[in-house]
Amino acid sequence: MFNYLICIPLFPALGALINGLLGYKFSKRVVHDIAITAIGVSFVLSLKAFFQLLSLPPDQRVVEVILYSWIYSGGISVDVGFLLDPLSAVMLLVVTGVGFLIHIYSTGYMHEDESYWRFFTYLNLFVFAMLLLVMGNNFLMMFVGWEGVGLCSYLLIGFWYDDHANADAGKKAFVVNRVGDFGFILGIFLIIVTFGSLRYLEVFDKATTLLPYGGTLATAITLLLFVGATGKSAQIPLYVWLPDAMAGPTPVSALIHAATMVTAGVYMIARCNVLYSLAPFSLGVVATIGALTAIFAASMGLVQRDIKKVLAYSTISQLGYMFLGVGVAAYSAGIFHLMTHAFFKALLFLGAGSVIHAMGGEQDIMNMGGLRKYIPKTFIVFLIGTLAIAGTPGLSGFFSKDEILWQAFSSPHGHPLLWLIGTVAAGMTSFYMFRLTFLTFFGKERMDEHTKHHIHESPNSMIIPLMILAVLSVIGGYVGVPEALGGSNHFHHFLEPVIKKVGTTQPHHYSHALEYGLMAISVGIAVVGFFIAYTFYIKNPQLPVSLAEKMKGIYTLLYNKYYVDEIYEFIFVKGCKGLGTLLWQKFDVLVIDGIVNGVGAIVQYFGGIFAKIQTGSTQNYAVGILLGVVLIISIFIF
Amino acid sequence: MQGIPIISIVTFFPLLGVLILFMINKENERVLKGVAFVIALIDFIISLPVLFYFNENTPGFQFTEMYVWIERLGISYFVGIDGISLLLFVLTTFLVPICILCSWTYIHKNVREFLICMLVLETGMLGAFVALDLFLFYVFWELMLIPMYFIIGVWGGQRRIYAAIKFVLYTLFGSVLMLVAILVLYFYVGSKTGDYTFNLLKLYENIPPYEVQIWLFAAFALSFAIKVPMFPLHTWLPDAHVEAPTAGSVILAGVLLKMGTYGFIRFAMGLFPNATQASIPFFVALSIIGIIYGALVAMMQPDVKKLVAYSSVSHLGAVMLGLFSLNREGIEGGIYQMLNHGLSTGALFIMIGMLYERRHTRLIADFGGLTKQIPVFAAFFMVVTLSSIGLPGLNGFIGEFLIFAGAFKANTLWAVLGVTSVILSAAYMLWMFQRVMYGPIVHEENKKIKDLNLREIMTMVPIVIMFFVMGLYPNYFLRKMHLSVNEFLNRYNKHVTMSIENKNIVNEQVKGGK
Repeated sequence: MFNYLICIPLFPALGALINGLLGYKFSKRVVHDIAITAIGVSFVLSLKAFFQLLSLPPDQRVVEVILYSWIYSGGISVDVGFLLDPLSAVMLLVVTGVGFLIHIYSTGYMHEDESYWRFFTYLNLFVFAMLLLVMGNNFLMMFVGWEGVGLCSYLLIGFWYDDHANADAGKKAFVVNRVGDFGFILGIFLIIVTFGSLRYLEVFDKATTLLPYGGTLATAITLLLFVGATGKSAQIPLYVWLPDAMAGPTPVSALIHAATMVTAGVYMIARCNVLYSLAPFSLGVVATIGALTAIFAASMGLVQRDIKKVLAYSTISQLGYMFLGVGVAAYSAGIFHLMTHAFFKALLFLGAGSVIHAMGGEQDIMNMGGLRKYIPKTFIVFLIGTLAIAGTPGLSGFFSKDEILWQAFSSPHGHPLLWLIGTVAAGMTSFYMFRLTFLTFFGKERMDEHTKHHIHESPNSMIIPLMILAVLSVIGGYVGVPEALGGSNHFHHFLEPVIKKVGTTQPHHYSHALEYGLMAISVGIAVVGFFIAYTFYIKNPQLPVSLAEKMKGIYTLLYNKYYVDEIYEFIFVKGCKGLGTLLWQKFDVLVIDGIVNGVGAIVQYFGGIFAKIQTGSTQNYAVGILLGVVLIISIFIF
Repeated sequence: MQGIPIISIVTFFPLLGVLILFMINKENERVLKGVAFVIALIDFIISLPVLFYFNENTPGFQFTEMYVWIERLGISYFVGIDGISLLLFVLTTFLVPICILCSWTYIHKNVREFLICMLVLETGMLGAFVALDLFLFYVFWELMLIPMYFIIGVWGGQRRIYAAIKFVLYTLFGSVLMLVAILVLYFYVGSKTGDYTFNLLKLYENIPPYEVQIWLFAAFALSFAIKVPMFPLHTWLPDAHVEAPTAGSVILAGVLLKMGTYGFIRFAMGLFPNATQASIPFFVALSIIGIIYGALVAMMQPDVKKLVAYSSVSHLGAVMLGLFSLNREGIEGGIYQMLNHGLSTGALFIMIGMLYERRHTRLIADFGGLTKQIPVFAAFFMVVTLSSIGLPGLNGFIGEFLIFAGAFKANTLWAVLGVTSVILSAAYMLWMFQRVMYGPIVHEENKKIKDLNLREIMTMVPIVIMFFVMGLYPNYFLRKMHLSVNEFLNRYNKHVTMSIENKNIVNEQVKGGK
């Protein structure tokens, strides 16, 4: 009944294969027709899967389809198989839905690019890998997707490889992700050794009996897996690759580096919720890293000048929120924010792409301003995105962010401090997003005349996906309206069968009044962020300049991203290179070869007598070989 | 299949080619190459029945042939294949035609002699994988050495003589010790049992005591460790690779290095289990050092070929780590990784050779921005790079995964240290790829180079297909190993636990005596 599940990843794979092998011969139209059809079919099938799942009673919403036995060796047996349950259904819809819109958008955005077919090949390939990641029925399938999306991210960040900066950014993304994967694969090994299986259903089933609550084993497994998540989902300390990843084409930033791939870590934790719930220490680590990343990245976003960099730091910060959510065991809240964030952040990135498109490639917001008159459609959708991410009541970001903040406060794994950090970061989010909007669309027009002359609204192929995403950013939150606001949180209930109850910790009971209070505070602080941005960038544009002068130290520190890149470069990159050179030049060449050549010299001295045999003529050597062969054969015969 | 001496036919068929080559005018390059290619291709085709008719439900040796050779000395021509050697055997017949194809325009000097060397080498390699008589094994082992020496020394680059002599010096040093060890084992077992024989299966039955084993093991292990090569005996490899012509490098990396790892599992570990057990920490330490050391040094190489050579040190370190994990995952992963390394590193050398033919340089700094110029090459090079760094879905991942899973089972720390290679390999390979293929074209010469021709594409396609087949459906290959690896481990564990029990008994007796 669910056998068609295989087709969901298969179609993008076929699309990538066809375009990859023959795309250079096709016209642009044929290329994107193939790519869009591929992901379109995936999306339709995902919808079908979703509704079919919905028609089943909640406790039966788990479907496993095994394709074939992939690796069998010793105690390891891994299948290629797929799992459909509410969690993967949500991810399927996000990936194929947002992916579909971004494919359409790309036909407009990438239209002038000479490597059009290569772009769509990679895009399809990415969707394929991402679908393997979210649909796999075991940890190794997840890892295949995990590495696969990493590869596509590498290829797409370095898409314009003529410039070494782009190629560098791609390589950095891949290598930093591999650091995370180092932990992830060790986590997988520990799961194999512990459970003798990598199949989710089996592992999660056995977890409660095999892993004692709070035990070292559960903590070790979950922390190792989380190392992988910090890489893929750009959390402290491995977030450094994501800002650089903006070197890729903007649709890539929207699809891979905002809506889907970077949320893989959140998905992973939600998927392994049983394991994490058994390891409260790990949960604490996840929540703390998430909260710290949220505020740390937001602070760097305050002063960036590149429109995409602001959004990049914003993404890191929002991913921090998601980890804060899953880190206080509010798994469905984390996934809820993952979904709404996919809507509004894809919207913001694609909107930024529309701005960049209009400005003829300009990305520095200091060279923009007043654009709302020139590109009104883009302005409106971008403003909706800003309002959604800033947590304006009624829009999608409000519901999901507030659920996370409330859980950070009220969950048995939560802490008022976590709530406080999250709330302050929310204020910063509001500030940097309105700063971005004001600097781009309001105020003085700071671009040169030539650019101004060419500003134009984007084609419909770009505007229509933006509008759809804008609508989703507005209404996307209503599937998860909290009970305190009179909703029934469908989203939460839909995911419930996936989230296993573990341990005996009872949730605290707080009054709705407290929830309203905290909600009011977070809305209030967002409003404060808005007003500061308004004062700085609309009412009194001289103020931020003089402020930056006065607080030069902090400003420089933030603008240079706390010099983390430089520190990493010095310690790890320089360190490895230095060590490599040292070992090669000193140990290999001097020590080992010194000994070898020394021995050789001695041998040569005594071997001088035999030198006469070495005539240098291959004829003689060949005869020698022949004689040897004849000799061997003759020994055989006689 | 009964009654047909298929293994001997496959093994000695290339020598028939040698005879044919002698009959052809040495000036007629194209015909010579064509004939050699066809011979190698036919050899590959007739080796396929070995793969297809291999019975994976029996652990023992199959297709065995045994003829008395020198009866007085207990030497016999005894060959056979099991799940450990089967795939290496087929890998060899698979790679040789590809090697001849990639030498098509590379070799112009003494073409006939070159092809003869390749074919003799093939017989030597195939023979070494199937020999079940220690004396016969030694004959084949030495038979490989000579043509390889010539391939490096005659058709090599600038410093070919140095590289060739270094190669021979290193290898002979080990071989001589191994020969002594073979003879000592022969006389020792003979004197104990009265049956003087080089028959490997009989020797498996008569394991000498630990005190004898340890010395014999040391000699065998040294010889094989040089071949692998294990740190710190690896310095012949970068020189040999850099100087060797493409085909030489492919064979060297693809098959000859596996002689070392194969030798370990078949002979050193198989014949001397207790000595192996005692030296696990030592060899694991060297393997792990090799993994990390090879990767770090590879990163800084200015010459692409040297970079790949050092990456081989790293990869082969991983193979050794798998073998010395001494569990099924580790050993099967190790064998699988031998095949992977043969394919992916072989492919890397072929591609570097293609670049060299176009630009007559291998220095990374001389390239840059090639992707725009030669997109087909770039696509193949990317896939090969990804295979080498173990991307899931391609072959390399399966081997690495099983090796490190096995290592993890044996000892967590080994895996933690070994897995660092996933980071380092990505770093050095992608950095190299970027400097060669990405960025702007800075050297004028690079604007004129041509993309791959049909022959070159045809050289790469079979390898790339195998990357995917082995990455997506590894069970076909793993299945053939299971029982033989089990058999190896059972025999190994029997001896190791027996000796532990004996020790315990002795200890108890000593305690009791007090």
